[in-house]
Amino acid sequence: MSQVTQTETKAPLPLPEGVRGFASDWASDQRTFKNVSWGKAMMWIFLLSDTFVFGCFLLAYMTARMSTPVAWPNPSEVFALNIGGQEVPLILIAIMTFVLISSSGTMAMAVNYGYRRDRRKTAILMLLTALFGVMFVGMQAFEWTKLITEGVRPWENPWGAAQFGSTFFMITGFHGTHVTIGVIFLVIIARKVWRGDFDTEKRGFFTSRKGHYEIVEITGLYWHFVDLVWVFIFAFFYLW
Amino acid sequence: MVNIPSSIDDTIPAAEVEDVELYHSHSWWTTYVFSQDAKVIAIQYSLTAISIGLVALVLSWLMRLQLAFPGYFAFIDAEHYYQFITMHGMIMVIYLLTALFLGGFGNYLIPLMLGARDMVFPYANMLSYWLYLLAVLVLVAGFFAPGGPTGAGWTLYPPQAVLSGTPGGNDWGIILMLTSLILFIIGFTMGGLNYVVTVLQGRARGMTLMRMPLTIWGIFTATVMALLAFPALFVASVMMLFDRILGTSFFMPAIVEMGEQLKHGGGSPILFQHLFWFFGHPEVYIVALPAFGIVSDLISTHARKNIFGYRMMVWAIVVIGALSFVVWAHHMYVSGMNPKFGFFFATTTLIIAVPTAIKVYNWVLTLWRGDIHLTIPMLFALGFIVTFVNGGLTGLFLGNVVVDVPLSDTMFVVAHFHMVMGVAPIMVIFGAIYHWYPKITGRMLDETMGRIHFWVTFLGAYLIFFPMHYLGLLGAPRRYYELGETVVNPTSAHDLNIFITLMAWTVGAAQILFLFNAAWSLRRGKESGGNPWRATTLEWQTPTTPPPHGNWGKDLPVVYRWAYDYSVPGAPEDFIPQNQPDPERRSKEHST
Repeated sequence: MSQVTQTETKAPLPLPEGVRGFASDWASDQRTFKNVSWGKAMMWIFLLSDTFVFGCFLLAYMTARMSTPVAWPNPSEVFALNIGGQEVPLILIAIMTFVLISSSGTMAMAVNYGYRRDRRKTAILMLLTALFGVMFVGMQAFEWTKLITEGVRPWENPWGAAQFGSTFFMITGFHGTHVTIGVIFLVIIARKVWRGDFDTEKRGFFTSRKGHYEIVEITGLYWHFVDLVWVFIFAFFYLW
Repeated sequence: MVNIPSSIDDTIPAAEVEDVELYHSHSWWTTYVFSQDAKVIAIQYSLTAISIGLVALVLSWLMRLQLAFPGYFAFIDAEHYYQFITMHGMIMVIYLLTALFLGGFGNYLIPLMLGARDMVFPYANMLSYWLYLLAVLVLVAGFFAPGGPTGAGWTLYPPQAVLSGTPGGNDWGIILMLTSLILFIIGFTMGGLNYVVTVLQGRARGMTLMRMPLTIWGIFTATVMALLAFPALFVASVMMLFDRILGTSFFMPAIVEMGEQLKHGGGSPILFQHLFWFFGHPEVYIVALPAFGIVSDLISTHARKNIFGYRMMVWAIVVIGALSFVVWAHHMYVSGMNPKFGFFFATTTLIIAVPTAIKVYNWVLTLWRGDIHLTIPMLFALGFIVTFVNGGLTGLFLGNVVVDVPLSDTMFVVAHFHMVMGVAPIMVIFGAIYHWYPKITGRMLDETMGRIHFWVTFLGAYLIFFPMHYLGLLGAPRRYYELGETVVNPTSAHDLNIFITLMAWTVGAAQILFLFNAAWSLRRGKESGGNPWRATTLEWQTPTTPPPHGNWGKDLPVVYRWAYDYSVPGAPEDFIPQNQPDPERRSKEHST
């Protein structure tokens, strides 16, 4: 995606001492963040912006939950599965969380192998990450189906405040969309890695720019972010 | 051994990034329509924004007709009046000002002023424009949808925004409005990431952050703010869309409509106000900061003097940007939120006056004993300072809870924000167009037409909005379709309304002269050459004018100095371009 080459041929100019040096280092020419490529910088800033989106969603949910006059349904009962005649609270969510956190692990390994130019392992690990993502979305679909059959709708539910269904479908839906987009990107980039596009410097279909193995890491940043967001959704929605 | 630099280039750091390879267009379509060149995208953004802005201008004419001659024009009924208000406000704030400053000036100036070939992600930049165009089309579709566009007021407050009593409330209007906003935000994010990363990571050799022209500082800070503020509007739009389409109750309390209990219940209308103004107040500065930056450069260039207190100007921009995120609830003093919040938000609001005042003093001190050329960009810049001070002072009134409460929802508020957020930035936009038009087209705009345009616009704007303050103090409410023979309105107020309307039509008509000028000068204007204003910043030093795709030809510029070397004592000319090495320094370094 970007021109990430370090072509520094000379030592940089000496910096002034103390705070002034710190400031002029930050404000120095060409790049503020040395050795950070454009693509990576863009992803970090996008994630900051996306943090505000999820932050607003979660704050809106908390406001709704605190200000509604009707009682909030008990998450431990709503999100319980009947296994062997026994209600196990939050079991599905626990598995989903485990799967998603595991996918972060495989993603991190993919990044590592990517920088080692190990195409096969990188592609396999990325596809494995994507598979975990699909499993997560699949379990989410199962959970949605179960709740819908029990009568939960965005505008009402059998147990209490109508905002329960609204915020649940909206927030998990928005997060699920993020995971799905991540899966699509993982598959596309895994294919490029597998084909060796980043070794042959094949140009992108849309951007007509050369790709680099760094795109694996950039995709990884997005993926870890989506995982992190899930941790907050898990804490605020299911455990509260 | 003494390390003697062999050339002047050794005194600045070596290139850290290899030169960018640009996408080369190979057909008319990819050169002018689906272009990835930031300059073409900038022009596309600007033309679209100005076109939709003209629609909003016509809407304001129609509103003024109704206010001056209530009931006289049969086609302006109450519903239409509210639709005009809503669309006028939304178009002007978001689809004109935000898009023109960031999408238009941002795209054109960031790569050129920083010595870059293009934005860092040209393809995403192109998508940004097309999503913006789509958002505008969806917005315009509201005019043709059954029930017409939404008439909820530009703030779209629930619950009324989605109720049947409001035009478009239970029709297509509100749906199209919210969809358009969501599209705009997605498109803006693509462009905004480009602007931020280009400023941070794509500058020329020697272009340190503290050598950037203030224009770039303004646009950069505004873009960062937009990336953090638009999410709140995005979330609010999504939630209201669900309230309207799915019947959820995020913002809808239990409510009776036409004697019928609605299914909604338990939602929080104030939550929407918080989300909206968490976006809405930064939005004011998203528009103002680029204007601050551009006007600093205009004043410095046309007064032939370096900007006074450059560092303070930069820090003021950054501090204003940061503070503007903690003042949003001063729009909500009468909303019914906890009154204790009012104290906090009034304090933060008044603190913003400090960095803002620093900026105003520095502009004035830049002019002090400068070699002021009263060119048209300078006239507009001066017009901006005066207008901004005026609008800012009434802002101090409205920032205080006790003064705001009686003035809330009167014409005083309308006058205040039109002065500070309408007229002031528009002055800068005109100044900037007169200033950079020669770079974009290679020709000057006509001087005589420009002067007429300035004086009619400037004086007219005051004749429109000064009386409006008085109307507000009398108690004339805003957003009323018809004031009627109410106690608060003496007959003089009615005459004043007719006067304001006449002025509004005059100022609007003056803009036709401006458009004519822009079209006429395209072919017949005086040839400008590459640097007609004898300015220092990099965009005036391009090898050809207008700059080609890639901006700089074979070699990228190297920056040796800050952007404000005007009237330097001992220099052969009264300006030294940023990319001109310092001959004295060279000889000094060679002698060591």
